[in-house]
Amino acid sequence: MIAEFADALVQGLLLGGLYALFAAGLSLLFGIIRFVNLAHGDFIILAAYLGLMLVEATGLHPLLALLVVPPFMAALGYAGQRLLLNRVVERGLLPAILVTFGLSIIIQNLLLEVFSANARRVPAGALDVASVALPGGINVGVLPLVIFAAAVLALGGLGWFFRHTMTGRLLRAVSDDPPIVGLIGADRRHLFAVATAIAALTAGLAGVLLMMKTNFDPAAGPARLLFAFEAVIIGGLRNLWGTLAGGMILGIAQGIGARIDPGWQLLAGHLVFLLVLAVRPRGLFGGRRR
Amino acid sequence: MTRRWLDKQAHLVVLAALAAALLAAPFALGRGDLRLLTEMLCMLALAQMWNLLAGYMGLISIGQHAFVGFGGYVFFALAVLAGVPLLWALPLVLAAGVAVALPTGLLAFRLSGPYFAVGTWVIAEVYRLLAAQVSSLGGGSGISLPIALVRDFAAHPVLRDRLIYWLCLGLALIVVLGSWWLMRTRVGLALTAMGDSEQAAQSCGVPTQRLKRALYVVIAALSALIGALIFLQKLRISPAAAFSLNDWTITIIFIAVLGGIGTLEGPILGVIVYFLLREYFSQLGNWYMVMLGVVSIGIMLFEPKGLWGIVQRHTRWRLFPVRHRLNDQAEE
Repeated sequence: MIAEFADALVQGLLLGGLYALFAAGLSLLFGIIRFVNLAHGDFIILAAYLGLMLVEATGLHPLLALLVVPPFMAALGYAGQRLLLNRVVERGLLPAILVTFGLSIIIQNLLLEVFSANARRVPAGALDVASVALPGGINVGVLPLVIFAAAVLALGGLGWFFRHTMTGRLLRAVSDDPPIVGLIGADRRHLFAVATAIAALTAGLAGVLLMMKTNFDPAAGPARLLFAFEAVIIGGLRNLWGTLAGGMILGIAQGIGARIDPGWQLLAGHLVFLLVLAVRPRGLFGGRRR
Repeated sequence: MTRRWLDKQAHLVVLAALAAALLAAPFALGRGDLRLLTEMLCMLALAQMWNLLAGYMGLISIGQHAFVGFGGYVFFALAVLAGVPLLWALPLVLAAGVAVALPTGLLAFRLSGPYFAVGTWVIAEVYRLLAAQVSSLGGGSGISLPIALVRDFAAHPVLRDRLIYWLCLGLALIVVLGSWWLMRTRVGLALTAMGDSEQAAQSCGVPTQRLKRALYVVIAALSALIGALIFLQKLRISPAAAFSLNDWTITIIFIAVLGGIGTLEGPILGVIVYFLLREYFSQLGNWYMVMLGVVSIGIMLFEPKGLWGIVQRHTRWRLFPVRHRLNDQAEE
């Protein structure tokens, strides 16, 4: 019994890394452009399908898709922001929300048209079955460990990028005070597009990792958006490592919920989110404002 | 002045004729058409209420299906578990709607702006998952209304359809005319001010938070009632159908966006055009949904006030005049 819960705990912690990666792109855009991309989950699933196509067409190991899909998603994100979203983001909340909601519906139905509603998964070969034994009789799959490590590396990379590169600093400046950035000669529309490109890059990473981990289908995007959102709120806004903790808490709640009753997996995660919202609306590792 | 008076009378005559035609519709339409019209009225009421929230108060909810489904489920629970006669269950659903909207609102209002939108979505998911856990109501697969209660409500299916139609018509009229009336009162002025700038409205003494919460609760309760009527017509309920994001949120948002957010006439025009589109294009399946997505993005980019915005550019005529008031006062 105890071993079972310890197992749920470890699996949840590892899953939390992936959730934090889902969340990173979402909170990045909110911080910089002040809007929530309702199609973020669908971007992740789109990336998973791109990875699937790549693996099926070339026979490459799915991990190698990490080198191809995320940059492609980033390019897509940059173009999407320049051509579409930049036209609405500064016209208020409603247009931006509705345009991304429309994008979400378009992506879902195009995927449905091309790939049908069948759930898919991309087998990762020997990685699928390899595991390491932890003390206490808990076995941890190598694949979840790899996914967790990749997610944490990506989050660390993001943190480094925002602190140590010129573009990263400019993006933080936009996030603090958008009009001022124009005064120092930076192109806000370009920076917005860069932000979306990075968010799409994280969605690309998350999608490729997800395609090896679980089944996915064209309608799986919105649930990923909700997990991302919950991880952000639980962890507190503007706090990358808080988001990681938020993702882990969500992962653990879902894992333990699933052990109690399969119907409680999602419910337990949502309820923990609502509890945090009720008790600490600024998140456990709270940001200053939202 | 005479011209204006005549216009006003003609306007009221048009509205009265419309209402009379709708009241008499069951005697002229076949069952299928009547059911379609019933559905249109329900969608109109939902779209109009979403429009009040989003278009006037900046509360963009993506979780209205929570209340539609909740209303349907409470209605079925009262009938199946307690044997409450269907007509009596309806006011109880309204009360339950208020009772659940208060705590739901407390949670949702902890978030603002775009986070409010996603938060309402999560809450609706929670409702759906909880409904699927209630095994006495069929769990995930759903349950039907007891046939005896349905017969008590109306002995004959044709009569049942008509009763449901009139109830939905009444609700739709209450919502549409109620919104019109509301927009002509002090509250309406406050809402218009909030639509333009919430901070400015606040600084003029508009209790924006209180207004938002009050309207959110009223709209939730009315949505629950509509949910009860929708599933009374269907006679069967399941978590997937009751808490359908597609049917009760995406569709009503599309109707409001298509017709024109922030206008009272928009949702009416939107509902008519939406049902025409559905009639002719829904057999395209996935491409139909892609088309709806493209249309709504196109509207947001090029015509944010929707189809009614286009109409407004070409005529000064309004079905529900609310903006002439300043002029009226100036002339008086």
